[in-house]
Order: sequence, then structure tokens, then C-alpha cells
Amino acid sequence: MLLALIVTLYTISAIAMCTASLVPTVYSFSDGQVAALLRQALQKYLPDPTCLYPTSTAFTLCLFDFREHTLKHFFAICCAVLGLFACELQAQQPAASSATTEQLQQLTDNKLKQSMLLLQSIASREGTNMLPLYQALLRGQLYYIKHSMQIITVRKIGSIKHYNALFDDTAIAALPSNKIKKIRVNNKIRGFLRQHIAKLNLSAKDPEVRLAALQSLLIKLTPDTIANIAQLRLSEKNHQVQQLMDLALTIDRALNNRLAIEQVSAIKKLQGSLEPQVRNTLTSLNSTKSHPSVQKAAQQALLKIEQSTEFYGYLEQLFFGLSLGSVLLLAAIGLAITFGMMGVINMAHGEMIMIGAYTTYVVQLLMPNLIEYSLWVAIPLAFVASGSVGILIERCVIRFLHGRPLETLLATFGISLILQQLVRSIFSPLNRQVASPAWMSGSWEINPVFSLTLNRLYILAFALLVFFALLFILKKTSLGLNVRAVSQNRDMAKAMGIRTGWVDAMTFGLGSGIAGIAGVALSQLTNVGPNLGQAYIIDSFMVVVFGGVGNLFGTLVAAFSLGIANKLLEPSTGAVLASIFVLVFIILFIQKRPKGLFPQKGRAVE
Amino acid sequence: MSKLTEYFSNRFAVQSSVLPFVVLLFVVTIACVMGNLVFDPSSIFYVSTYTITLLGKYLCYAMLALAVDIIWGYCGILSLGHGAFFALGGYAMGMYLMRQIGDRGVYGNPELPDFMVFLDWQQLPWYWQGMDQFWFAMIMVALVPGLLAFVFGWLAFRSRVTGVYLSIITQAMTYALLLAFFRNEMGFGGNNGLTDFKDILGFSLQADSTRIALLVVTAVTLAAVLIISQLILSSRLGKVIIAIRDSEARTRFLGYRTDHFKVCLFVYSAVIAAIAGALYVPQVGIINPGEFSPLNSIEIVVWVAIGGRGTLIGAIIGALLVNYAKTRFTAIMPEVWLFALGGLFVLVTLFLPKGLTGLVSQLKQKLRLNNTYKAETQSR
Repeated sequence: MLLALIVTLYTISAIAMCTASLVPTVYSFSDGQVAALLRQALQKYLPDPTCLYPTSTAFTLCLFDFREHTLKHFFAICCAVLGLFACELQAQQPAASSATTEQLQQLTDNKLKQSMLLLQSIASREGTNMLPLYQALLRGQLYYIKHSMQIITVRKIGSIKHYNALFDDTAIAALPSNKIKKIRVNNKIRGFLRQHIAKLNLSAKDPEVRLAALQSLLIKLTPDTIANIAQLRLSEKNHQVQQLMDLALTIDRALNNRLAIEQVSAIKKLQGSLEPQVRNTLTSLNSTKSHPSVQKAAQQALLKIEQSTEFYGYLEQLFFGLSLGSVLLLAAIGLAITFGMMGVINMAHGEMIMIGAYTTYVVQLLMPNLIEYSLWVAIPLAFVASGSVGILIERCVIRFLHGRPLETLLATFGISLILQQLVRSIFSPLNRQVASPAWMSGSWEINPVFSLTLNRLYILAFALLVFFALLFILKKTSLGLNVRAVSQNRDMAKAMGIRTGWVDAMTFGLGSGIAGIAGVALSQLTNVGPNLGQAYIIDSFMVVVFGGVGNLFGTLVAAFSLGIANKLLEPSTGAVLASIFVLVFIILFIQKRPKGLFPQKGRAVE
Repeated sequence: MSKLTEYFSNRFAVQSSVLPFVVLLFVVTIACVMGNLVFDPSSIFYVSTYTITLLGKYLCYAMLALAVDIIWGYCGILSLGHGAFFALGGYAMGMYLMRQIGDRGVYGNPELPDFMVFLDWQQLPWYWQGMDQFWFAMIMVALVPGLLAFVFGWLAFRSRVTGVYLSIITQAMTYALLLAFFRNEMGFGGNNGLTDFKDILGFSLQADSTRIALLVVTAVTLAAVLIISQLILSSRLGKVIIAIRDSEARTRFLGYRTDHFKVCLFVYSAVIAAIAGALYVPQVGIINPGEFSPLNSIEIVVWVAIGGRGTLIGAIIGALLVNYAKTRFTAIMPEVWLFALGGLFVLVTLFLPKGLTGLVSQLKQKLRLNNTYKAETQSR
């Protein structure tokens, strides 16, 4: 009788499997001892969702709700033990049932049509334990050894190949490539695998994984997945996942509900969402085949989505404009000091930026394991490196050319050629890759059509920080006071006891050092090469001249307005034409206002 | 007053050196031509066609340097965009040469140049029309850069953009043109520019005789430009121009429309640069957007600075010397060339503000002083 009972229990348990997630609520109404035992079993096997037998067993057991305590104890313990036993059996054989193993072996036949059927059959039988198989297959890492027909994974990390067994990840000795053969897949199989992996990941523990799985499922919603999602929605705790699940259900309702009113209400709900999938759904609904009211609603919703997408598109352009502006600001701000305040036409300014960028590269070479912190080391070092080169140039060349701006231009251009060639000789003429720390990569997703890349965001903030730090130095420190005094009236400053030579060197060093800092930031956005500086020199001069020489705020305004103008023009004209237009605009602008946007006033300027 | 006397002495010094230079130019050119035509390749007097072409190229550069010297040395306008006028002249010539290819191109289209066929263009853009006529192309060589210089100069000089600001916007101009000519949609061959030329006025560009003829034409043009420029700059107009260089405000107060003078001179200079470009292209066989790069324009200024600005001859000597050095250096140790060029920039501006010709006249003056001193002491 006991045997019969257990058999029934197991049949019921099989049905109850799908509701197994309700288990935690179950043992609250069995008494303490059973609960402890069950909890033990649960804790041991719940991490591995393949072992749902004991939990479902416990669940069914409790459904019977025995009146008699002793009997309840007895059965509970029996079932738990049985469950544990079943689990133990499974644990010894974690991969798959024998049928699956057989089918797995058949995968090595390498017939694509056959593989699809095999995989479908495996997928229908097995759960998440097959995830490694699917993933390896999807990435094309699944191989088999020719003589033993053992299935292995071959992963290439860097230039080293890692050979592992399929399920337990034990390493295998490296094999020559003629001993192993790849298991082929086609796009159809890949699509199936992606769907199935997403389906399995829907019940993963990590909400991020669930979210990603949902995202990929949204692309193709089958009734099967919808049912699955509807079920999981009930127990979902994470707010973001809940929202996305609701979205999936609403899309389904809009597409497949028979009642037009229901469809319309679903469409109304979809209106606010910017997911690309929603758009596709609405586009497909906006056809003559659907009910007129549905079509109309879809049309309206599409229009609304179109509008907000366009709005966010503009926002994105604006952000890119600000980002370009911040780059221009960084590049030009040092020049605003050397050119704007000292009147030195420093054509080697771009090379100061380049030195900063190469300093970052060298710092990362010296501390390859601490890329995360490399930028913090590089910033002061770049300042010092570029600053000292700047001071050297000032002391050796520029001070002899004082008051002869055109000669200064030529001499500094010569210096820039020398510095470029120096970098070419030391580091090679090829571009160097500067790594980005992990915290700089990625993006801040505000909604599906609008996301801000983090590195650009950081650089924007950094540019502003540098700008205000510089403003502080110039306005609030004695060095700044001296610099302003010398730039306004050199002779008078000298008469008041300011060492103008020293101030010149310091000012030039400050401007060059800031260019070096700009180089650190730019190394995160562009390639680091000997021509890095040349790319920015003309733009920097444009910014400074446009903003008004000797006016830091003018530089700020000019940098951002040129950046935004450039990016707003870009969609309609293309990148190159946009920059040409901006250049022509500046040329014309200087004709109109030769002293820039914010000219310095007063007699001292003349 | 002292400036005036200095100017007069300068003027005579220069004028006296123009004619000897022209004579020297012709002698060298004729010697090279003879060396190529008369002597056997094994003879030591033989001049290879490569050298002939190289010399022609140098003379084009010399003309370009002359153009920069006219405005920088005599009017104080430092243009960092003269490479643009040079390249525009070159492109106009290149368009003519392109049309001469006819159906001998890779795609064999009699009407369209290869790159247009490649881009799947159906017909010739309007600005290519008429470029198959030599006279029309030659008008364009002067007209397009001249017009650009006129518009640019008129805008800039009328609103009194001077000094460094002008230098920077001329640089921006050539940079903008560089970006524009890189675009395939412009219809000038994009990145590759115009090349694969076959013949000019029916003469094959590969033939030695054509190359010699081109050298002679270049030398004659250079001499003509040099003499005309000398005449202009030593006339009354030239005096006003030098006055503008020395003190623009004062000249304006004296009643001269300084902006008109400057625009005229700027256009004249641009046209010389364009002619240099037009002569350059058939000799080197290619014109591409690289000629617009700001670096090229600055290099021209260095030639002038090294030779000595404000002397015409100095600019030509500077261009010849630096380019000869460049050819030698880039052949022997290419990595050193930029060091050398950069060093030249710095050293010349620091120690030779008047360039090589300035150095020569300084030495001469010292010698003369010494002689007079000696003569004086002897007479006592």
C-alpha cells in the first residue's frame, strides 16, 4: 500500500513540478520537525533546479494534509528520504538521462537537419542543466574528439585555447586540431538556441539575467513563451522584470486578442513604451488586415512613439554635441591660456595633448594589472610631463621671440614636428591602443532609444571640472593674479616686482599641463598616435578665436556651441560637410567680429 | 626716414640681383636640357629625365615660395593657406589632363573619368564642362583661385582681420578645402585625387621631350613672374604696399585704401601660386587632397623664412635649398627629415630672422665696413 501511495505521490508530483516555486510557502503548515528536514533537503537541492523532485514531493505530501501527526511524520520523512534518494541519483548523473546522452552523441553526426530535431527533443526533455551545451553550441565552441566521440568545448581566450569537458568544466589536455571536429550549426539552429536559452534564463536567479532573457524573447513571442511569462509574472519580485513582463503580455494581447476593444486598450497601454518590439508590433497592426479601430489606435500610438523617438533623437544629438564640445573644450582650454593670455601662438599645443595621451599609454604599460586606477595615476603624470616640456619650450625658444607672434608660430610649429617625429621614433608610427577602465565603459540606459555612453559622460564632467579648476587658479591664487597682471600690462607688472620671466614659464607650463590632462581624456575616446595632436590644433585655435582671445568663459561657450552646432548639422549633411560648414561659419564670423564672441575690453588689449 | 633709406638701398640691392638670377636660371635650364638631349647616358654631362622633372618640380615650389614672399615679405600678411591656391590651380590642370585621357582609362568611358564610372555617375558634373579645352582650363587655373582669394581677402581685409587671426583663418580655409576634397561626392576623385594622366596638348607626358618642354615653360614662367613682381614691387604701388607692412594705420591715415591694395596683392599672389600648381601637376603626374593639408602651407612659409623674406630671390633660394635637402634626406634617412625640418624652423626663426639672404648682406656689410675701416687707417 505504501508503495502504491508513493507511486501516486510521484505521479502527482510530476504534475506539481511546475508549481514547485510555491514550495517555500508550503512547509509553514507542517510541523517543525518535518519542516527542518524538508528545509535541509530544499537547501541542498534547490540551487540546482533539476532536482525539483523532493520539493514537489513535499508539496504534494502537504496537500494531503494528514490529520494524524504520526502518520504525517512517517509519510513526510518517507517522501523526503525518497526525494533525497532521487536527487542523489540525479546528482551522480548530472548531465542527462540516458536518452539525452544518446541524442547528444548523435549530434556528432553533423547533419544540420538532424541536429535541429535532436536539439528540440533534448530541449523538450531537459531543463537548465543543458545550458552549457546550448551556449557552447551557439558560440561555436562545441567540438568532439574524433576517435572517442566525446563532446568537448574549445574556448579561445586571447590566443590560448582552453579545452574542457562539456558539463563539468574539467580541463582536458590540449588536442591538435586534426583530432577534433567542430559541431556545426546554422542560423536556424542559432535562432532556436537563443530562444530556448532565453526561455530557460527566464527563471534564473539573477534579475539581470531574467531581464536580458526577456529582452531577447520579446523579439519573437510564441504562445508558449507568453504562457510561460504569464505564469512567472505571478511570482516575479523585481520591478523592472515585472514591467518588461507586463509589456510582453500587453504586446501579446494587442496582437492576438480576438476582441478589438481589448486590442485597442492594449495598444493604448503600449503607447508610452519605446521598445523597438512595440514599434514592430504596432506597425504590423497598422495594416488593413486588422480591425479599423485597432488600425486607427495603432496609427496614433505609432505617431506618438515616432514623436518621442524623434525627441530623444534630438536629445541624443545634443548629448553628442555636448560631448564633442567637452572634447573641444579640453583641447582648447590650455590654448586659451597660452594663446589667449600670453599671446603665444603655440602650434605645438596639439603635441602637448599627444604627450598626455602617450603618458597614459606608458602608465598602462607599467601597471598592466591595475588598469582600473591607471587614469588616476596618469592625470597628474600627464600634467607634469606636458607641463615640463612646455616650460622647456618656453625657456629655450619662445622667450626669445617675445613680441614676434608670426615667428613664434613658425618656431613652435617646428617644435611640433620634432615632437611628432620623436614619438614616432620612440613608440612607432602606428596607433597605440589605450585600454579603458571597466568603470568608464558601458552606458547609462535611460530608455530603449536613449542611452548615454559613460565614457563621454565622464569626460564631459571632467572637462567642466578642469575648466572650473583653472578658473579658480586664475582668479583666486597669487599665480593667477601674476598671470593676469603680466598678460594685461607686462611693463607695469615688471615695475611692480613681478618676475615676468618666471610667470611666463609657469603660465606656459600650466597651459601645456592642462593640454596633457586633455590628452589623458582624449586617449579614452580616440586612437593614440603621433598625429593625435594635429587633429585638434586647428579646432582648438578656432574655439579660442571664436570665443574671444583672453576670455575663458568665451572658450567654454565657443567649445559647446561649436560642438552642438557640428552635431546638429551632422544628420542632414554628414560629418565632413558639417565640420566644413562650421569652419566656414567661423571664418565668416571672424570677419564680422574679429575679436571673437566675447572681446576683451579696455585699452590694455590694444 | 631711416626706413625709407633702408628701403631704397634694399630695392637697389634686390633689383641688381634679379637679372643675374634670371640669367643663371636660363643658363642652368639650358645646360640641363642640353645635358639630356645631346649627351649620351654614359657621359658624365648627361642629365637624366628624372633630374629634369625634379628640377621642374623645384621651380614650381620656388614660384609658390615667391607667391608667399610677395604677400608676407612685402605686405606682412602671413598666409598659412597658400597651399590651397596651389592645389586649386593643380586641380584645374588635373581636370584638363583627366579629360585628355578620353577612352584610354581603365573603364574606357570616353566621357567620364574612371573614378566617376566607379562611383556610378551617369554624366559629367557641370563644373567639369569645358575642361577638355586647354584655353578654358588655363582660364580656370587663374580664375578659381583668384576668385577665392578675392572673396576671402575682400572679407578679411575689409573687416581688418590682421596678423595671427588672418593666419589662423587662412589655415582654416585650407583645412576646410582639404576636408571637402576628400569627399567623393565633390567629384574630384576623393582620396585618390586625379592621376593616370596620359598627355597634354597631344604630347605624351611620359616622353622626355614633353618633360623638357615643361621644365623650360616652368623656368620661363618663373622668370617672367619674378621680373613682373619686381617691377610691381618697385613701382609706386610697391611703395604703398611696403608702407602698409610697416604701418598700416599710418598709411590709411595718409589716404590710401589699404584694404584695396591688400586684396589686389593677395589675389596676385594667389594666382601665381595657382600657376605654380598648374605647372606642377603635369610634372609629378598626380594631384590629391594632401596638397591642401595645413602642413604643406606652413612648409612654404619656412622656405621663405629660410631664404629670407622680402627679397623675392631669397624665397626662391630657400625653396630650392629646402626641397633639395628634403629629397636627399628622405632618400637617405627618412626618419631624420622631420627632425631636420623642425630644427630648421626653430633655428632660422631664432638666429636668422632675415634668412640666408639677410645673412649674406650682413656679411657683405661687415666686409665693406672692414674695408672702409682699413682704407681709412691706411690713408691716415
